[in-house]
Amino acid sequence: MKTNALRVVLALALTILPAWGLSAQTKVTVGVLHLGSVKDAGYNQASHDAVLVLKKALPEVTVLEAENVPESADAERVIEQMINKGATIIFAHSFGYQDPVLNVAKKYPNVTFLHAGGYKDAPNFGTYWGNNFEGMYLAGIAAGAASKTGKLGFIIGFPIPNILASVNAFELGAKTVNPKVTTTLTIDNSFNDSVKEAASVNALADAGVDAIACFVDSPITVVKTAEAKGIKSVGIWSASLKNFAPKGWLTGIAFNWGDVYVQEVKDVVAKTWKPSHIVGGIESPIVTLADYGPSVTEATKALIAKAKADIVSGKLAVFTGPLKDNTGKEALAAGKTGGADLLNITNWLVEGVVGQVK
Amino acid sequence: MSTGFLEGWLAGTITASTPIFYAALGETVVEKAGLINLGVEGTMLIGASSSFAVASLTGSPVAGLAVGMTAGALFNLLLAPLVLWRRANQLACGLALMFFGAGLSAFYGQGFVGAQVNGFDVVPIPFLQDIPFFGTILFQQDVLVYFMVPAAVAVWWLLARTRWGLHLRAVGEDRMVAFAAGSRPSLLRIQALVIGGLLAGVGGAHLSLAIAHSWTEGLTAGRGFIAVALVIFASWSPLRVLPGALLFGGALALQIQMQARGASVSPFLLDMLPYVMTLAVLVLLRKSSRGRMPEGLKEVFESPKGA
Repeated sequence: MKTNALRVVLALALTILPAWGLSAQTKVTVGVLHLGSVKDAGYNQASHDAVLVLKKALPEVTVLEAENVPESADAERVIEQMINKGATIIFAHSFGYQDPVLNVAKKYPNVTFLHAGGYKDAPNFGTYWGNNFEGMYLAGIAAGAASKTGKLGFIIGFPIPNILASVNAFELGAKTVNPKVTTTLTIDNSFNDSVKEAASVNALADAGVDAIACFVDSPITVVKTAEAKGIKSVGIWSASLKNFAPKGWLTGIAFNWGDVYVQEVKDVVAKTWKPSHIVGGIESPIVTLADYGPSVTEATKALIAKAKADIVSGKLAVFTGPLKDNTGKEALAAGKTGGADLLNITNWLVEGVVGQVK
Repeated sequence: MSTGFLEGWLAGTITASTPIFYAALGETVVEKAGLINLGVEGTMLIGASSSFAVASLTGSPVAGLAVGMTAGALFNLLLAPLVLWRRANQLACGLALMFFGAGLSAFYGQGFVGAQVNGFDVVPIPFLQDIPFFGTILFQQDVLVYFMVPAAVAVWWLLARTRWGLHLRAVGEDRMVAFAAGSRPSLLRIQALVIGGLLAGVGGAHLSLAIAHSWTEGLTAGRGFIAVALVIFASWSPLRVLPGALLFGGALALQIQMQARGASVSPFLLDMLPYVMTLAVLVLLRKSSRGRMPEGLKEVFESPKGA
């Protein structure tokens, strides 16, 4: 939309102008693109929190941030403006920025581009991502143990493989404490339609669901509506989400990009940076479980801690065959195990998940 | 606390229909005056973000609602100089207003993303809420839901039973004749825009303060356009807006309810339902409702009569 371009320019002006005067004394300028508002207690705030870590760790670095940058040619213009203001490192923190970033990367070989979740390659283009399926498996244990009705809910934006793997992992985790537990899936066809998210929580709660997880950009509405409905919730992206559901909060999958941002900037400054695809899971500091809510028992916490240790040591694979999908077909043969290798090919829902993806 | 499918669906229907009801009721008044505002979506967004901002600053959802309504009215007034004095194309102006509202609401709503707010919570009505089945659906809702019927009746009464309404409708039919008969077309149309903005503001406030309890950019997600279609569906009758809104709300709520109940229907097919319905309704009703369309409104779509 055109209006986005205007806001981008205004936001840029506000962030860049004050930094102008300083640029003479500082050596490194970093540009960060956010898809939405950095106060969403969600996807964008997690990236903004990393910027705060970066500023604290490397105070000599100047950071230019732009919010609400559309995943289009607008992103290219924002990046070029940042480069014109002296940025030599760009963090583009949304999947849809991949092609715009690569377009700009060709023009500016001396600038280093870091992209969230990308898979393409270029000499000055690297990516970073965190796998959340293991975290969702652990959160599933918390939800399965907390549920009295044996019905869990999961609200997602779009049924893409990575997200479906998380839904499956959540159900499998819950099954370890309650073999009969089901997870009802609702697909909103949008990552940011709060009104639909609220309606989904209400509908799931009315159907008997008493613990809910989600995969949307800003989980505030889901967590708040669940709290108002008196059901439990599992969050994602930012640990600060907990404040929106003091009673019903179970745990959440928190993304901590701070160390990644700091390391990448250090490598570029030291001229040791090489393009790579950094992926971290529950074994890395990138993905952690957020603090537990009041209703998670010590016994459940111990179960989760053990499962986490087993996943990290390689003793436990989140996807262990035989697994059937929810239409009764074999999805993973007996004796086979799967983990991150399934993230790009999962187009099925595991037995126990109620819903369909086609 | 789990409820049956029908109960859950109908309760969800009422919630989903409330914002489009208020917006469509306001647009009915605007169209009765012979104007069309395609920018209802933008007006709702302005109402949603400003009411959320004020409610989160003051802690009072009522103060938020008041400001959201005022902001909606002021925003609608932007149309007045364009279409009343400059005689600019109303369809183009309405669309421009929509984009402007989307941008403006996102820009000043930015600071309130993730803010805590006391919204319009469910206020169960004593005794009535205990009626089996209907109690949950009708009497465990927020206050804005309870005001739907009074609002529809009030607007109907204003338009059909007051001298002001008679003048307004006359202006909507033929402003030159109305002017000759002593009405003041521009003033009446400005008043209609204000009422339309106030009510679209209520619709927006319901989205941010009663349903989502949060503000995000583009919160309305097309509901403003459904409201415009709804006015035609209700053939410009304030009383018919309510059943019409319930029908569209039902379609919006069905998709989510079916998924939550584990029905084996593609969520993508269901997602199209409200919009397929909009198209079907517009095609089916176009001929029969044409007679009820205010004469002045036809001018917008056809070759203009002399000024």
